[in-house]
Amino acid sequence: MSEALRLTDLSKSFAVGKRLFGPPKAMVHAVQPLNLTVTTGETLGIVGESGCGKSTLAKMLVGLLPPSTGQIEIEGAVLDNADPALFGKRIQYVFQDPISSLNPRKTIRQIMEVPLRRLHQMDKATRAARIHEIFAAVNLREEFLDRYPHEFSGGQAQRIGIARALAAQARILILDEPVSALDVSVQAQVLNLLADLKETFGLTYLFISHDLAVVEAVSDRIAVLYFGAIVEVGSAREIFANARHPYTALLAASAPEVGRPIVAPETAATELPDPLSPPLGCAFNERCGFATDRCRAEKPALTTDETGRAFACFNPLSKER
Amino acid sequence: MRGFVTLLARNRLALVGLIVIGCVALLALITPLLPLANPNVIDTPNRFQPPFSAGAVLGTDHLGRDLLSRLLWGTRLSLAMGLAAAMIAATIGSAIGIIAGYYGGRTDNVIMRGVDMLMGFPYILLALAIVAALGPGLMNALIAVAAVNVPFFARNIRGITVGIAHKEFVDAARLSGMRNREIILSEVLPNVLPVIVIAMSTTVGWMILETAGLSFLGLGSQPPQADLGSMLGEARSALITHPHTSIVPGAMILVIVMGINLLGDGVRDALDPRLKSGALSRPMPATTVDRHGPVPVAQTDSLLDIAGLRTEFRVRDRVYKAVGGVDLHVERGECLGIIGESGSGKSVTALSVMGLVASPPGVITGGAVHFDGTDLIGAPYEVLRALRGRRVAYIFQDPLATLHPLYRVGDQLIEAIQTHDPLSKEAARTRAIDLLKSVRIPNAESRIDSYPYEMSGGMRQRVGIAMALANDPDVIIADEPTTALDVTVQAQILSVLSDLRRARGLAIIFITHDFGVVGQLCDRVAVMYAGQIVEEGPTEAVLRNPHHPYTSRLIDCVPTLGGGQRKLAAIPGLPPVVDRLPVGCAFAERCDKAEPACRADAIALMPTGAGRKTRCLFPETKQERIV
Repeated sequence: MSEALRLTDLSKSFAVGKRLFGPPKAMVHAVQPLNLTVTTGETLGIVGESGCGKSTLAKMLVGLLPPSTGQIEIEGAVLDNADPALFGKRIQYVFQDPISSLNPRKTIRQIMEVPLRRLHQMDKATRAARIHEIFAAVNLREEFLDRYPHEFSGGQAQRIGIARALAAQARILILDEPVSALDVSVQAQVLNLLADLKETFGLTYLFISHDLAVVEAVSDRIAVLYFGAIVEVGSAREIFANARHPYTALLAASAPEVGRPIVAPETAATELPDPLSPPLGCAFNERCGFATDRCRAEKPALTTDETGRAFACFNPLSKER
Repeated sequence: MRGFVTLLARNRLALVGLIVIGCVALLALITPLLPLANPNVIDTPNRFQPPFSAGAVLGTDHLGRDLLSRLLWGTRLSLAMGLAAAMIAATIGSAIGIIAGYYGGRTDNVIMRGVDMLMGFPYILLALAIVAALGPGLMNALIAVAAVNVPFFARNIRGITVGIAHKEFVDAARLSGMRNREIILSEVLPNVLPVIVIAMSTTVGWMILETAGLSFLGLGSQPPQADLGSMLGEARSALITHPHTSIVPGAMILVIVMGINLLGDGVRDALDPRLKSGALSRPMPATTVDRHGPVPVAQTDSLLDIAGLRTEFRVRDRVYKAVGGVDLHVERGECLGIIGESGSGKSVTALSVMGLVASPPGVITGGAVHFDGTDLIGAPYEVLRALRGRRVAYIFQDPLATLHPLYRVGDQLIEAIQTHDPLSKEAARTRAIDLLKSVRIPNAESRIDSYPYEMSGGMRQRVGIAMALANDPDVIIADEPTTALDVTVQAQILSVLSDLRRARGLAIIFITHDFGVVGQLCDRVAVMYAGQIVEEGPTEAVLRNPHHPYTSRLIDCVPTLGGGQRKLAAIPGLPPVVDRLPVGCAFAERCDKAEPACRADAIALMPTGAGRKTRCLFPETKQERIV
């Protein structure tokens, strides 16, 4: 099994309170240095709540944001300068809001032709043939090509977004909340389409979402992000059913489920830590029922146990609860 | 294009402006073809001829030159100067604005501070300084007027570009291999072009005035060439003795500038995308009611009983039947869930209860809403106003949009309390703190002085709930209150709502698209599809054993946690558009059990079990499912 993607010490900090000259007032660490590998043909789910850094991570992976430290290795090639045009052939991005990711003043054909022309220098006839092929793969009618984005429903527009990503012939797709703007009946259509495409084209997915059930349904492995750092990585089948990190357990307990009585999952401080003054030690310690003095002083590192589960916690939940 | 002209013509004044400017422009264009006297031939014996004298319809000026001829040639020159200045200013200003807005950061800072400096001078002084430096003359006046107007365009266009440069389609273009220059030209520019046109249409008038002003001072067109400003300038000395020499060019300037400004306003309104959606027309305080036929009686003696409610949106020649005959009721202390996809009419149903659907375009065309025994549809605004917030309160999806950003949350809560309850400010404040505590906001005493932006989404939604509770209502209608929130926060909000309901005996109508939330919170659930209820019953029974094929398929679509990696069942196709609803069952197109009978006639909501109703000819009776 080859590696599709390897991230080494990848991090991103943003300056807050920039001045015209001189250093900024403070730095916010949106993504803490993280290491992660994705094998070819795998779907890695990334879950986390708003503000956990998942979108920042995704933007770095496609070269839209330059990383502050670390490197990105895509299919064995190190890409350290943030140049979307270089990244574009290897890794592509499917946006959360399908309508706003399409330029309202261009026809679908114009949008589809750009990656073919710019990334692959195809001539007109080849482009037409390729678009025909891709549209067949995503179940879109070719008469759509001469229409404008506002004429489409969310589900159709998301298919077009996926088609554009496929046109670049990248083998890795970053799916950033690809179905969260869609209705449930359409959401299932798009998820199934993604599964089919993965099989047909041998794609590797990074599936970012806040919806645990959706991530679980599509992923092989899942990484849980909290406050810019990975707190747990494990197989999709196991990670929520048998969480080791208390935050993963909290997420699983919060997901609404038919028939389960409503209980507030936590009572103490329920806010995310302030990014401008991050807590010492584990970022989750203020919300955690198992926190000890060590958790408040020292940052736990991500360690892998004998079953292959990785978690960053000094007092992990027991394996069999 | 035709749509643009229709929109423009709707504004009468703009149409007048268009006609006036059209005539003036036409005259200016054909001036060289007209049998006019030479505008520059001096004929001193015939100076200051009054209007309507032989050979000179508008008279002659102080050198005996024909005024009509000079007026037309002068208008031609002034119009050309104004347009040219506007084009130059728009091109340079927009280019500066787009570059500053697109690149941002230091580039933006340096460029915009430079523009600010230009704006720091009074504009006429700046224009004078430029002409003084370059020397008088038409071209130099043109340059001066254009330069003075560059900052206006730069500022406007920069603002628009900043918004566009962060849109997702720009990122997508970058990932498709486009470089910055290409993105600016092919992605950003087409989207700012309408704004440039709007800005130009509203400034051309100004620029004509400014060039006329410079010519009036003798810095623009040089003798003997006529433009409107220099004609006025030359006539100044004869203002009292021969007023017609000033009135003729003065009236023309007035006509041109008025015409252009009226037209410019019209263009701006017609190009503004908000106008097309009707957002610029102010909604009325209560939804319009256009009810025919007998008013349905309440079917139950519940606290809130909705019977046969019909609400539609009338947009131009289309009628969107958003709600097509909904019957619902909710008891004290009960939680009713309304579940459906976007466009199913669930929110419109809820908003119709208190007449909160925006009118125009919304109209309630039938049905009744009995609250505590009285029908609210068509009730006077004063009655609705007294009930809104006092007895029936709403919680909306996005608390950031419903809270006023410039007031502290405490002041907004106090206002909500005092609207219905004549309490002193101190008493209201104590009450507000109690409310914040009841929705479990930590440190309520200090949080009450926060602004909405200082709070997280979960905290803001708690304030939204506190506001709904402010006057101890009997019914709370919650429209997707947790959709924008994270799961851990959602769980907290649901538990707050659930506790409040038990503690205060509140009736809750909870609108959502999430079966999990309904399953946890609601006693009964109604499933809506294309403006109608397709299934209704106790939550547990409906979710465990759905009778309508739509409910059943929809539940299958939603993954539940713990199911592992799998293929999901999907419903093929899309929901119907509510302005072209089919005759029979709206779901027939997507249903695998549909028979010809389903498409033949409207289907009634029929009882299919204990407390259950289903709108289907072939309900799924035998299926036992595990949820």
